[in-house]
Amino acid sequence: MTLAFDAILIATVLAVAGWTIAARETFAAVIGFVAYGLLLALVWVRLAAPDVALTEAAIGGGVTGVLLLGGAARLRGVVAAPDAWPAATLRLAAAALSATVAAALAAVVLLLPDPAPTLAPEALASLPATGLGNPVNGVLMAYRALDTLHEKVVLVLALIGVWSLAADRAWGGIPGQRRPTRRDDALVFLARLLPPVGIVIGVYLLWAGADEPGGAFQGGALLAAMWLLAMMAGLVTLPAVSSRWLRLALVAGPALFLAIGLAGFVIADAFLAYPEAWAKPLIIVIEIALVLSIAATLGLLVAGPPEQAPPR
Amino acid sequence: MSLDVFSLLAIAAGAFFFLAGTVGLLRFPDALTRLHALTKADNLGLGLVVLGLLPRVDWPLGALKLIVIWLVVLLAGATVGQLIARVARQARPSP
Amino acid sequence: MSALFGLAGAALVGLGLYGLIVHPEPLRKILAFNLLGSGVFLLFGVIARRGAAAGMGADPIPQALVITGIVVAFAGSALAVALLLRLHQISGRADLGADSAPPAGNGPT
Repeated sequence: MTLAFDAILIATVLAVAGWTIAARETFAAVIGFVAYGLLLALVWVRLAAPDVALTEAAIGGGVTGVLLLGGAARLRGVVAAPDAWPAATLRLAAAALSATVAAALAAVVLLLPDPAPTLAPEALASLPATGLGNPVNGVLMAYRALDTLHEKVVLVLALIGVWSLAADRAWGGIPGQRRPTRRDDALVFLARLLPPVGIVIGVYLLWAGADEPGGAFQGGALLAAMWLLAMMAGLVTLPAVSSRWLRLALVAGPALFLAIGLAGFVIADAFLAYPEAWAKPLIIVIEIALVLSIAATLGLLVAGPPEQAPPR
Repeated sequence: MSLDVFSLLAIAAGAFFFLAGTVGLLRFPDALTRLHALTKADNLGLGLVVLGLLPRVDWPLGALKLIVIWLVVLLAGATVGQLIARVARQARPSP
Repeated sequence: MSALFGLAGAALVGLGLYGLIVHPEPLRKILAFNLLGSGVFLLFGVIARRGAAAGMGADPIPQALVITGIVVAFAGSALAVALLLRLHQISGRADLGADSAPPAGNGPT
């Protein structure tokens, strides 16, 4: 029974993915990609990975969809010339290469070792020492905390890269173009009603992530989405990217993470090691700072490089 | 046992409304009528599915979460329907 | 049968790779690249699912890697889209063809 459901789900996912590649209009392809992201979240639930499903729905489908839709809307008039498409022989070669790569990966999947090697028992055995009940969050915040620190730094670096694309006259200015003065009433209504609910749900996702599926990234993505909604309705004006408190909010998460990591040399015995009694409070403090930085960074990544000159 | 039958019937009715909405999406001639089919059918369809799932989750928090999900989808669907309809009417003014 | 999802992941990698190579528009390439990445993440997910043990449904370590990967892939896509929009703003075109002439003006405007 579940095999039939899985088969139908996979067939739908592949069909939507194929349509995303084959669609003529870029706008339609982006809509297909957003639908693909949501279907993929269902696939993750079927693979017993609810945290990944939440992250895929929030960041993979949601925020990436907003980013790509904004890009597609601004590039709407630009269509590739018909002779820009590669010749039939090149397309055939590309198809052959893709088919070969896919076949090789399929062979790897079918030849995976049995019984499968796993680190689940070790992960579960050390979990009580961290005070967390969710093993995925235990991996993210304790066992592989270094990866999470790097990931946060990568987000900030990407934001610096985006900000560096500003024109000279807009350097350090306000991201995004000037909002039109005609405000869409339905959007304003949604942007007034949904963000309070969304903020509560985002904080809940962060808090519940200690013991149940959730966590800092999922909660942060939801908070960023609420901020983006208010931005799009024209209810908030973005601060200039040179403003001090904005940069402080962005850096607070990774800076605090790094500071606690360096303190690990002193109070525990390694970088990013937590002393046993203080593990849970330290992790909670890190996660709170992290969720604010993640929300700010994700929102600003979608808003784009500064395009309005900074206010005097 | 009777709760299971109730869940099954409610979810089946919800699925029927989703099917009706999809048929409307595929068969109706223009954007506004398709929006009508989608929003009417999906709100009721999701509501019936949520109703069918209510006996199966722990009361009260799980049930509250399901109902909040339905209300948020209702809100988002209604607003997005308005926005799409506005754009569709500007693209093709109604006679 | 998580092998079915693994085959789907392999197919998605193939689809994404084809779209990345063939499409002339950079935004479609970014879309195909995201498709490729999500196929790879699906393979990680299958490996995690097969590592189910100790009462859990799946091995948590590959899942944490996938979460990190999704966030980093979004950061990469954001930078790519910003680069593309800036290229369009400066030169008026949004393709990766050979430059016919340097953009008007001296240096970044």
